[in-house]
Amino acid sequence: MSATTPDAAQSAFARHPLRITLNGQRRELEVLPWTTLLDLLREQLDLIGTKKGCDHGQCGACTVLLNGKRVNACLTLAVMCDGAELTTIEGLADGDQLHPMQQAFIKHDAFQCGYCTPGQICSAVGMANEGRAQTTEQIQELMSGNLCRCGAYSNIRDAIEEALPACRQQDGQGGGQ
Amino acid sequence: MNPFHYSKPDSVQDAVHLAGPASQFIAGGTNLLDLMKENVTRPEHLIDITGLPLREVRETEQGGLMIGALVSNADLAWDPLIEQRYPLLSQAILAGASPQLRNMASTGGNLLQRTRCYYFYDASVPCNKREPGSGCPAKDGLNRIHAIFGASVQCVATHPSDMCVALAALEALVHVQGRAGSRVIEFADFHRLPGESPERDNQLADDELITAIELPAAGFAQYSHYLKIRDRASYAFALVSVAAALDMTGPIIREARLVLGGVAHKPWRDKAVESFLVGKAVSRETFSAAADALLQHAEPLEHNAFKVKLARRAIVRALSDAALGGQA
Repeated sequence: MSATTPDAAQSAFARHPLRITLNGQRRELEVLPWTTLLDLLREQLDLIGTKKGCDHGQCGACTVLLNGKRVNACLTLAVMCDGAELTTIEGLADGDQLHPMQQAFIKHDAFQCGYCTPGQICSAVGMANEGRAQTTEQIQELMSGNLCRCGAYSNIRDAIEEALPACRQQDGQGGGQ
Repeated sequence: MNPFHYSKPDSVQDAVHLAGPASQFIAGGTNLLDLMKENVTRPEHLIDITGLPLREVRETEQGGLMIGALVSNADLAWDPLIEQRYPLLSQAILAGASPQLRNMASTGGNLLQRTRCYYFYDASVPCNKREPGSGCPAKDGLNRIHAIFGASVQCVATHPSDMCVALAALEALVHVQGRAGSRVIEFADFHRLPGESPERDNQLADDELITAIELPAAGFAQYSHYLKIRDRASYAFALVSVAAALDMTGPIIREARLVLGGVAHKPWRDKAVESFLVGKAVSRETFSAAADALLQHAEPLEHNAFKVKLARRAIVRALSDAALGGQA
C-alpha cells in the first residue's frame, strides 16, 4: 500500500473530522478515509517512533495504545479512531522520567537494532494493562504479536518480567484504564 | 488501498440500508484492511459498524449466552462467563492471532475472515475465489496448508478461524439482520463448501449483517479441549486443530462433539463419528477408532498428506485431554 493516492483520485472523496487525545494532547484533524493510523502518525504528525515493519499486522512494530489497549496501527483506519485516547511510544515517558518499561529495556539491553523496540514497549505496557501475564510462559505467549528479527527475545522477556509489577502499580499510566 | 467512501451509521437498520454489492462492513478491520492493501478486495464504500450497540454479552432465558457481534475477540476470550461455562471457546480464541489483533477483531468479523491461501492473497495470479472462473493454482501448486476435506475442482482453500471451530462444536447460532428482516442460521450451515462458487464463503446476502452469536446452554465445561497444531509455538494459523467436547457419566461417553479446523473450507464436523463415540468407555483405542473413521474420507493433495497423520494424532490427543478434564 502507498500512503498517498493521486490528488485527482482524492478530490471526489470527503475528508472526515478526527478528534483524538494524542499523548495527552487534544487534537482536531481531518483525514481521508483510507489513511491508516500508522500513516497518520508518521507521515502527517511527524511521530516516527511508531514503526512500519510489515504493514500487515504480522510483526507488531506499529503497536500503539488505543484507549489503553494495544493495537496494530497499520491495520487501523485513522477515521475510525474519532473520540479515542491514543498513546504512542512518544507519550509513555513523564517529561524526563522514563516509563518503567522503557527503563527496564535499557537496563536489560533488550534490543539490538531497535526497530521493533517502540512496538515491543507499547505492547508490553498494553499487556500490563490486561493483567493476564503472571508467569514467564504467559509473558512469552502474550508478547507473540511482536517479532524481533535480531532475536533479542531473552533480554526483552527479562525486561518485561522486571517492569510488570511497577507497570501494574502505575494504574492508568500510558493510557491504561 | 483503493480510495473509498466512508460512513458510520448509528443503527443496525441504517447500516443494512447503506449496504450494497460494492460496500463492505468494517469493524475490527484486521483482515479486511489487509485484503484491501493487497488489492484482493476493493470496496467502493466502507460502512463502519463500530458505533452500533452490539457490544453486550448477556444470558439468555434458555440458559445460554447472547454475544454481541462487536465484542472483541480478547474481551470474549476473557469474559468470566465464557471462561467458566465455555472454556473450549476461550481456548480457541486465545490460540488465534496475536494479542493486538484479538483486541481489534470482532466476534462477527471472525466468522467472516477469508482464507489465507497464498494464491487467493496474490492478486497477480488466478484464483477462483478472488476472480471466479480464472482457475485454481493451488490445486496442483503449493498446497501444503490446503484442504483435505470437502474441496472442489474450483477451490482447495481452508477457513482460517480457530474461534469458529469451537463455535461449530458448541452448535452456536448466528443472528443476522438484513433489509428484509432478521434470521437465525445454525453454525453448521453458516459457512459453505466451495463447490462451483468458491467466491462465496458463507450464506450471508450483501445486505445482511451479523448482529449476535448465541451459545446454547451446553458448554461442555468439564470435559473439553482445543488443540491447535501449527508451524511455530504461537501466532500462526492452524495446520490442523481439534475442538473436542464430551459429556460423560463415569468413564462412559454420553455426548461427543468433534470438529476439525485447518482442513476444510469450513469447520469440519463428522456427526457419524460423534455418534460412534456415544455409549463407549473412554480409551485410547476408542479415540483411535474414531480418528480412523473420520479420516478415512480425507482426500489429501500433493503436499498435504501429512495433515492426515497429524489430524489422526491430534484427534486422539484432544479427545484424551478433554476426557481428563481439558487442562492437560
